[in-house]
Amino acid sequence: MATSIYVPCDTTALSMGADEVARLIEYHAGARGVDIELVRNGSRGLCWLEPLVEIGTATGRIGYGPVEPDDVQALVDAGLFDGKSDHPLFLGPVSDMPYLKHQQRLTFSRIGITDPLSIDDYRAHGGFEGLDKAMAMTPQAIVDEVKSSGLRGRGGAAFPTGIKWQTVHDEPWQQQKYIVCNADEGDSGTFADRLVMECDPFMLIEGMTIAGLAVGATRGYIYLRSEYPVAHRMLDEAIRRAEGGGYLGEDVRGSGRAFHLDVRLAAGAYICGEETSLLESLEGKRGLVRAKPPLPAIKGLFGQPTVVNNVLSFAAVPFILDQGGRAYADYGMGKSRGTLPIQLAGNIRQGGLIELAFGVSLKQILEDFGGGTFTGRPMKAVQVGGPLMAYMPVSQWDTPMDYEAFAKLGAGIGHGGVVVFDDTVDMGAQARFAMEFCTVESCGKCTPCRIGSVRGVEVIDRIRAGENREANLALLEDLCETMVEGSLCAMGGMTPFPVQSVMKHFPDDLTA
Amino acid sequence: MHRSEQVSQQSGGAGVPSAGDWTPDMIRDEVDALKHLPGALLPILHAVQNRVGYIPEGAVAIIAGMLQQTRAEVHGVISFYHHFRTHPVGSKVIHVCRAEACQAMGGRALEAHIKARLGVDYHGTTADNEFTLEPVYCLGNCACAPSIRVNDDIHGRVTPQKFDRLADKLTTSALDIR
Repeated sequence: MATSIYVPCDTTALSMGADEVARLIEYHAGARGVDIELVRNGSRGLCWLEPLVEIGTATGRIGYGPVEPDDVQALVDAGLFDGKSDHPLFLGPVSDMPYLKHQQRLTFSRIGITDPLSIDDYRAHGGFEGLDKAMAMTPQAIVDEVKSSGLRGRGGAAFPTGIKWQTVHDEPWQQQKYIVCNADEGDSGTFADRLVMECDPFMLIEGMTIAGLAVGATRGYIYLRSEYPVAHRMLDEAIRRAEGGGYLGEDVRGSGRAFHLDVRLAAGAYICGEETSLLESLEGKRGLVRAKPPLPAIKGLFGQPTVVNNVLSFAAVPFILDQGGRAYADYGMGKSRGTLPIQLAGNIRQGGLIELAFGVSLKQILEDFGGGTFTGRPMKAVQVGGPLMAYMPVSQWDTPMDYEAFAKLGAGIGHGGVVVFDDTVDMGAQARFAMEFCTVESCGKCTPCRIGSVRGVEVIDRIRAGENREANLALLEDLCETMVEGSLCAMGGMTPFPVQSVMKHFPDDLTA
Repeated sequence: MHRSEQVSQQSGGAGVPSAGDWTPDMIRDEVDALKHLPGALLPILHAVQNRVGYIPEGAVAIIAGMLQQTRAEVHGVISFYHHFRTHPVGSKVIHVCRAEACQAMGGRALEAHIKARLGVDYHGTTADNEFTLEPVYCLGNCACAPSIRVNDDIHGRVTPQKFDRLADKLTTSALDIR
């Protein structure tokens, strides 16, 4: 029987040479007459070990990593095809690795294990069971299940998903409604959406289809950032196969209900991750933010009732429908129910995807999982939740990952990205970058954001140059307040958060 | 992207590509194929850029006419999005990530190195028309930072040395084709 060999095909693995590794493994197998079946699986989310090559053995899957193309020959010589341990890159049984073992993977239960584009594989690992159950339920019962899970929007705003669905459900059914997936994952340090789309795309398709059944929407769009070419290819192919298998189309699995799904490619505007800007963009316009109300749930895409959810929110839904909302709500703390896919990134030794129940402390993530910085130097600051969120100093790292606990500190969890900086970071430069980023990415509709960010860069430059420092610091504080209070959306409204956090926790860096 | 390579090779691969690298029919084909879509403008602009390598000024009137929009509307959309460009680019477009996770891993030094090595700033194209340099804010490869994208290939843990090797390889292979 052929030996199964797994070489991941997600962006991170590819960025570290996975295609070449796969090619060399096939070459050496051929040269030695070893019968192998090469599977291009998704990533396990252990990014620092990519490409993480696995060999199927009688006792489970054995891992080696990170495997660079130059390592393949020596690995083969050391018994790679038999899963032998005689090589420094040998990791042992992958599922026993503490990094994986200590996680609570509800959403990401399949990634890295399956072939992302195999419907059979997906089904064999519990896929489409949520959809099967949803098809036997009334729309209201589906919405109720999502409500009981306590799921809150994973894109950053943390709005209860079930309530959003209820609003769209309650709009009259004799009209076009839409399901829109926000896959414009623009926050630095976040890549969980990408992992869903590249490593388990049918899960997103299933979640969106369930949403369509729940609210009476027959058409869905995935608004995907153009920076994700691999995800684009995977989604297009997964949708094609789902259509072929009757999971999408005029008659979803013989239910008599239609759900059509398309990928729409964004065009490199960070602001289009804001839901109303995203809708404008989907309509073929400039991505200018809309004033709310009306809510997109009532007047969304093309003026019709629309569910707009993040990839991770939709991805949580199949589990909730399959295992029940209560099973999901059993995880977590306070009003933050279920699990949070944490993405550990930046200057960190063991970066990757860590899915855990809400409540875990930042320190546990950084130390137990991260294992210190990549450079080996002490950590100085972490930015949780993307470029619009606060920089957190060491004194705040005991905070549990919980929406309310973070909000109390003036910080946020956002989309769950954690970017680590070592002690060489110049926090003044980080504060300046926050404003600079806003000058580049502001949609321009409101003045505090469009002009405020430009003035912000200038004022920070003056402070750093030692020019009239006290007065300019007061001006910067005032400017931040104006942007927070006066901006139309989170772009201008939250750009000051990282700046204010630097002023508060790292003032010496700003005036250095 | 692939198309842009062909175009620049046809035009000699050096200097500023000639204006003859697209035809109105080419643009009409792309619009015709997609104009039935709801909110068709972005898909159309992507298709035109994929085919020609950029969105020629002369295409704006054609697209506007066929979609029954004003030229100002179409131009406004093109200029809003960083991804769309209105000038020809080099054989390879290099996107360098400028965002926080890459900054934490030496991204700023890498940016400076790449600019110096190529001798261009952002949005610039090298004199031999090999490379166009663009900034990008996150490629989603944040646990293996810093990252760059060359056409559709993403490279992780890029050091100045690794970049130089890559640039040498890319330049060499392009010369081989000619």
